[in-house]
Amino acid sequence: MNSIRPSLAVEVAGLKLKNPVMPASGTFGYGEEYAPYLDLNRLGAIVTKGLSRNPKAGNPTPRIAETTSGMLNAIGLQNVGIDAFIAGKVPYYRGLQTPVIANFFGNTLEEYGEVARKLNDVPEVTAVELNISCPNVKQGGIVFGTEASAASQVVTLVRQALNKPLIVKLTPNVTDITVIARAVEEAGADAISCINTITGMAIDVRTRKPKIANRTGGLSGPAIRPVAVRMTHQVVQAVKIPVIGIGGITCAEDALEFLIVGAKAVQVGTANFIDPQAMLAIIAGLEQFLVAEGLSDINQVIGSLKI
Amino acid sequence: MKNYATIVLANQEISPSIFRMRILAPGFAAAAQPGQFVMLRPALALPTMLRRPFGVFRTGCLPPECDGLPPREYMEILYKVVGQGTKILSELHQGDRIELLGPLGRGFDLGPPGQEKILVGGGIGLVPLFMLGEALVAQGSRVRLLMGGRTRDDILAVTEFERSGVETYVSTDDGSLGEAGFVTKVLERKLSKYPQAEVFACGPTPMLTAVAAICAARQVNLQVSLEAHMACGVGACLGCVVKGAGHSESTPRYLCTCKAGPVFQASDLDWGKATAEAAINCGGGCK
Repeated sequence: MNSIRPSLAVEVAGLKLKNPVMPASGTFGYGEEYAPYLDLNRLGAIVTKGLSRNPKAGNPTPRIAETTSGMLNAIGLQNVGIDAFIAGKVPYYRGLQTPVIANFFGNTLEEYGEVARKLNDVPEVTAVELNISCPNVKQGGIVFGTEASAASQVVTLVRQALNKPLIVKLTPNVTDITVIARAVEEAGADAISCINTITGMAIDVRTRKPKIANRTGGLSGPAIRPVAVRMTHQVVQAVKIPVIGIGGITCAEDALEFLIVGAKAVQVGTANFIDPQAMLAIIAGLEQFLVAEGLSDINQVIGSLKI
Repeated sequence: MKNYATIVLANQEISPSIFRMRILAPGFAAAAQPGQFVMLRPALALPTMLRRPFGVFRTGCLPPECDGLPPREYMEILYKVVGQGTKILSELHQGDRIELLGPLGRGFDLGPPGQEKILVGGGIGLVPLFMLGEALVAQGSRVRLLMGGRTRDDILAVTEFERSGVETYVSTDDGSLGEAGFVTKVLERKLSKYPQAEVFACGPTPMLTAVAAICAARQVNLQVSLEAHMACGVGACLGCVVKGAGHSESTPRYLCTCKAGPVFQASDLDWGKATAEAAINCGGGCK
């Protein structure tokens, strides 16, 4: 048996990650919330809750509902706002030895630009993830994520404001995700993360009311994984920049599906709610897979799809 | 708090659709404060995926002489079967694996010792009041527990509450046990007699709203324990928020039930119509 531990290290858009596993924005708070349950330094990166120029209170309740192998949410991008984030949350990141990726969104181009400039000046933030894909607020970015020209415009603007790696998170709620993917690549994105949640709806048959107050919400969890793997595959084929796969990952095997179709890294979302230590199990499982397959490096798995 | 991969020690139907589950949980008792909760899910691949929140009923320890095994600490929940998640829990047997995250959240503030304390529990909302009663009795307070329910089936664990040293007063809507009528009627009477008492309540939203109105009118301090649909239980998903005092459309103010609660000072919450929409219903399982 090989006594050398296989390498899980990957590089995404110039970011050196000790492994390809990170939380999906919105499922991990600002990171600190999960510190009692797992050593954050063992993660490939931390991804924050989506940030905006002004604090946002979020949507009315109920905001979540479990569906078969998934959950609907319409939180409404509740967040403390960029200034409170920098003052109150960023100091915690100083002691960490893992990259921090700040996710952010805006209602207008100006807001996207302003938040990007502020994040650029925060040394503790290693990279940013631009959310142009939240389905739950009228101007939560989805207008920018569903039209190639609008997507291109916002990415161009943020690119100019930023000297850090820029990841753009795409929505699956479009006719052809590769059109948007190519547009953001041309506009200067360093990487793409996909997919955000799929718009869904669930009804309480007794009250005849939608199960969440926003009527519709974003579907996440294992139910969307095959869709997410398919879209990740399509995006990987369409662009040259690295892709981070997201959608219903709960175990190492799920993560491997995304890596095999060519994702350089993965984000874990809903699974964090089911088990706060899910990402650690996924990281351990990836290592075990490499050992079992006689491989020394996770990069040997990435893009190894056989068709 | 701790993330346990543990087992069910017992799971029994104690009243129609009401179950009592005992879970092996070493170290839990020392960490648990009255009013805290746990997140549970069966450790199996099942139609439900997310954990469900349950108020902690009590903790204990199986003595070593039971079966030759070393002493085993456990915690207990009482829960009502209301949906698929709780249905699956009710079908677990002794030795089945279960995942428990907790104790979580902010519990009751016991307040000054020696003061009159009135506990109001409606149905499954009695659950978090047991450890509270014990703790209040231990600090030397006189504790009166007003147990309310629709029928006698909703009045849970009376003997156990009495044995813990609290005085119990039972009322049911249909008069099938104790006094006929709402528990709030009993509360009004007790508060007339003990106007300096502090009140602690857990139960369905209409009951809590009525209790809050009574306490506000009499300027009596009130703490309430709420229930909400939750995904994470640790303040990350922001799915379990309730409206805080001063909430409005233009200045929304949401509080996480899991992190700021589940126990709140009543004065910190918005008791308008909006709060009733938040699927608050205390103590037992949610769908």
